[in-house]
Amino acid sequence: MIAALIIVFREVLEAALIIGIVLAATKGLPRAKQWVAIGIIGGIAGAVIVAQFAGVISDALSGYGLEIFNASVLLLAVVMLAWHNVWMSSHGKQMAADMRSVGEDVRSGGRPLYALAIVVGLAVMREGSEIVLFLYGLATSDGGLKDAVSGGMIGMAVGVVVGAALYFGLLRIPTRYLFRVTAWLIALLAAGMAAQAMAFLAAADVINLGPELWDSSFLLNENSVVGKVFHTLVGYVDRPTFMQAIAYAATLLLIITATHLVARQQNPAGRK
Amino acid sequence: MTKKIAILACAAALTLLASGPLRAENAEVIILTIKDHQFQPDRIEVEAGKGFTLLVKNEDDTPEEFESHDLRREKVIKGHSEAKVKIKALEPGEYKFVGEFNEDTAKGVIVVK
Repeated sequence: MIAALIIVFREVLEAALIIGIVLAATKGLPRAKQWVAIGIIGGIAGAVIVAQFAGVISDALSGYGLEIFNASVLLLAVVMLAWHNVWMSSHGKQMAADMRSVGEDVRSGGRPLYALAIVVGLAVMREGSEIVLFLYGLATSDGGLKDAVSGGMIGMAVGVVVGAALYFGLLRIPTRYLFRVTAWLIALLAAGMAAQAMAFLAAADVINLGPELWDSSFLLNENSVVGKVFHTLVGYVDRPTFMQAIAYAATLLLIITATHLVARQQNPAGRK
Repeated sequence: MTKKIAILACAAALTLLASGPLRAENAEVIILTIKDHQFQPDRIEVEAGKGFTLLVKNEDDTPEEFESHDLRREKVIKGHSEAKVKIKALEPGEYKFVGEFNEDTAKGVIVVK
């Protein structure tokens, strides 16, 4: 049961942390929680479908279907996160002054809350499909059903607790600063995902990762729980390669530049 | 202006990386079988500087995830199916891999000499 618990926890953790950030980043926005819920439910449905068709996906694209699929899912999430940040930056002033007027925009213009719902859905789908496959395998083996159920439930619960801890921790930040913090978290999250996508593209033989830059696994092993948390939150990799570093830096730079440009347009100099 | 140059440099670097060093022509295919949640063989020796492809055959009823942090690979393989994992030329050393769903029993190592 312990093995099942650990595996499920590891997979749930990443999605739970992402959901924690998204919930904090949309604090006070109308129907934010519903959008996140839709994301989670859609993600679970997606996970079951992906697990069901894992064989088909795997055989597609001359055997690199899963790699390309994973890379695409990650890169799509990167785009959605970037879009959200850019949009939020155009409402930065409003946001601090009056949450309700931002809420008005969200309501009237179909503003990109669904961008973050998609991010949540993709995260749940990616991590969830592995849980589904693993638990299915365990449940169908001799005497494994009990382990699958108990280990799965406890592992999931522990993962959710960690995600909730992040969420409530973030909520302690005064609203004035909260969105600045979540904007950074979202940018770092996107950068980490972009770097992760490079590893999948390399596995699919699309790119070459280039040389390994350093090995800090003796300081913080990426496979440890703390390492995994940092991997999700800031994209920590204990043995990053050249291409991963480029993707990370480029994503971060693009998001920061885009948000600054948009913010400046919305709030012309002098009206600081 | 500097931005343009930076973009050009990035593009050049990308093309260079994407093309990679001379691609190995007939990369060796090594068959790795999963049976009763164990890898056979659980020790693979390959030559340094030569890329190869692992053909991982899962003969169990249950799915398995081939995972190697050392090789930066993770791939789910359903029961009674196979998947290829292409590995580019490696430096000498030991590269561990596991079956993530059965980590206690499914483990092995690639030794590059």
